[in-house]
Amino acid sequence: MDVGFVLQQIINGFSLGSMYALIAIGYTLVYGVLRLINFAHGDIMMVGAFMTFIALGVLTGWNFSHISMPVFFTAVGISILITAFVGILTYVSAYKPLLDKGAPKISLLITAIGISFFLESLFNVIANQYLGGTYQAFYFPKWFSTIIHIGPLTIPVLTIIVPILTLILLLGVLYILYKTKVGIAIRALAFDIYTVKLMGANSNFIIGFVFALGSALAAIGGIAYAMAYPSIDPYMGMLVGLKAFAAAVVGGIGSVTGAVIGGFILGFVEVAVPGFLPELGGWKDAFAFILLIFVLLFKPTGIMGIDFERQRF
Amino acid sequence: MSAKKYFALIAIVTAIFIAFLYFSSHIFGGYTITVLGSIYIFIILAISYNLINGVTGQFSLEPNGFVAIGAYVTAILLISPEIKSELYMLSEPLPLIRDVFLDPSKPFNPFFALLISGAFSALVALTLAFPVFRVRGDYLAIVTLGFGFIIRIFLINNPEISNGSMGLDSIPGFASYFWIGVACLVTVILVYNIVYSRYGRAMKAVRDDEDAALAMGVNTFKIKTLAFMTSAFFEGVGGGLLASSIGSISPDQFTFMLTFQLLIIIVLGGLGSMSGAIIGTILFLGGMELLRPLDQATKHLGPFHGIPGLRMVVFSILLLLIMLFARRGLLGDKEIWDYIKIKKFKES
Repeated sequence: MDVGFVLQQIINGFSLGSMYALIAIGYTLVYGVLRLINFAHGDIMMVGAFMTFIALGVLTGWNFSHISMPVFFTAVGISILITAFVGILTYVSAYKPLLDKGAPKISLLITAIGISFFLESLFNVIANQYLGGTYQAFYFPKWFSTIIHIGPLTIPVLTIIVPILTLILLLGVLYILYKTKVGIAIRALAFDIYTVKLMGANSNFIIGFVFALGSALAAIGGIAYAMAYPSIDPYMGMLVGLKAFAAAVVGGIGSVTGAVIGGFILGFVEVAVPGFLPELGGWKDAFAFILLIFVLLFKPTGIMGIDFERQRF
Repeated sequence: MSAKKYFALIAIVTAIFIAFLYFSSHIFGGYTITVLGSIYIFIILAISYNLINGVTGQFSLEPNGFVAIGAYVTAILLISPEIKSELYMLSEPLPLIRDVFLDPSKPFNPFFALLISGAFSALVALTLAFPVFRVRGDYLAIVTLGFGFIIRIFLINNPEISNGSMGLDSIPGFASYFWIGVACLVTVILVYNIVYSRYGRAMKAVRDDEDAALAMGVNTFKIKTLAFMTSAFFEGVGGGLLASSIGSISPDQFTFMLTFQLLIIIVLGGLGSMSGAIIGTILFLGGMELLRPLDQATKHLGPFHGIPGLRMVVFSILLLLIMLFARRGLLGDKEIWDYIKIKKFKES
C-alpha cells in the first residue's frame, strides 16, 4: 500500500463526499427552518440532473457528440433555475397548506413521500415515453474527463473541480446566512417561527427562498453525481438522498458546516473502506447508516453538536 | 362494556368474518382472491406497525427489516434440506441453515414456523431497542430506517445464509387464502386487546407526553420496548405469510418502499387508529388495483392510452390531495365506532 494509493483514495473520497455535502446542505436548511425531513430532496437532485440532460438535448438538437462549454453551462443554469422553481413549488403545493393549518408533522412527512413518488414516477414516464428508456447516458464536455497526472496520481479534472466548487458554495451559503438580510431572516425563522411572523416578516418568502437555495445546491450536486457516474435514472435520488440525510445528521443537523463535514466523512468512508478492505465492498451502501448509528450513540447531536433550543446553522 | 358483551361481540365478528372468508373464496375469481389475500397480510403489517408508530408514538421506519427477517426465517424453516442444497447457488449454505427443517406437510408445523419467525423478529427488536431508544423523534426515524437498510444489505452479502440477491423460492404455499384471513383476524383481536389493556394505556401515555408518563411511574423504556417487540413479532408473522403466499422472496422485496407503503397506509387511515389502519390498507391496495389499467399500454381509457408508470403518478397526486384535505388522516386518532358513539350522543 503506497502513498499514491492512499492519496488517490483521499481525493476520490473528497469528490464523492462533496456531492453528498451539496445535497445535505438542502436537508439541513429545510430541517433547521421547518423541523421537517424533506424526503423529496433526493428527488429534487434527480430533477436537477434530468433537467440538465433535457436542456442539453434541446440546445444541441439531441446530438451529444460535441458539447461546447457555453452550451453546457447554459444548460446547467437553466436546470438550476428550474430545479429551484420545483423546490419552491413543492413547498407551496405540499407543505405550506399543511403548515398553515397546523397539521401534525407526520402528515407533512407523508406529503413529502408523496412528492417524492410523484417526481420519480413522473420522470419515469417522461424518460420512457420521450427519452427512450429509464436509464440514460449523461453527456458533458470532454474537458471534464481530461486526466491530470500529478506524480503517481491520475485524476480527472472533474474530481478536483467538485470539492473546490463545494467549498466555494459553502462559503457562499454561509455568507448568505450571516451577512445578508434574508440570511438573518432565515436564522430568525429557525430560532422562532411564530415570533418572526408576529414581527411582520414575510415568512413564506423566506421559506421559499430556503427551498430554492437548497434545491439549487441539490441540482449542482445531482449534475456532479451524473457526471461522475455518467448515467441518470428517475430513481437515482432515493438512495443518495437518504445517504445525504444521514450525512447531515452525522454532521449535526441544522448546521450548514456540519452538513458539509458529514458529507465529506461519508464520502471518505464509502471510498476508503472498500479501498482498503475489498471484502467489505458489498456493504458500501450500508456504511452511511452504520456510521450514523455509531455517531448518534456517542454524540446524539451530531459532530457539530448544535443545541437545538438555542442556536442554529 | 361488560365481559359477557365483549366476548359476544368478538364471537359475532369472528363468525361473520369466517363466513365471509368461506363464501368469498367460492364466489370471487382468482384475481380478487389474490388481492384480498394481500390486503389481509398488509392489515397484519399495518396494524402492528401502527402499534409502535401510532399508539406508542415512536416514529420508527423499520418494518421492512422485521418483515424481511420473518419472511426469511419462515422460508429457511420450511424448505427441505435437499431443495436448499440445490437452491443455494452463490455459495454453500451453512450446515445449520441447511439442516434446520420443519416438515410443512405435518399439521401445525407451518404454524410453529410462523411463531418462530415472529419470536425471532421480536428478539432482534429487543436487542435493537437498547441502542435505538436512546434517541427520540426524527433521530429515531433515521436510525430505524438505517436498520431496515442494514438488514437488506446483510441478506445480499451473506449468500451462505440467505442465498444473496437471488433470494429463495419454492417456499411451501401453506398460507392459503382462508388461513391468511384467520391470521389477520387473530392479529386484529390480539392487538385490539393490547391497545385497550394496561400496557396499551401506558403506550398512549408515552405517546402523549413521555416526560409526564415517566413522572407518573410508567417505565417508558420498558413500555416502548414491549410495543417494539410486539410490533416486530406480528411483522415477522406477516413476513412469513407473505413469503408463503408469494412463494419466492428476494432482498429487493424488502426495501424502504415497503416501509413507506405501510407508513402511507397508517397515516392515511389516521395514525393511532386501528380501524384507520384497516381502512387505509383497503384504500391503498384497492386503489392501486383500481388504477392498474393506467399502466397497461394496450388498454383504452376513453380517448387515452395507458402509459407504463402512469399509475404511480396518479396515485401520488391522489395521496397528496387526500393528505391536504384530511390532515390527520381519514379517522384521526379515533376509532370508527367512536364516531358512531359521538353521533348517537349528539342526537340524544
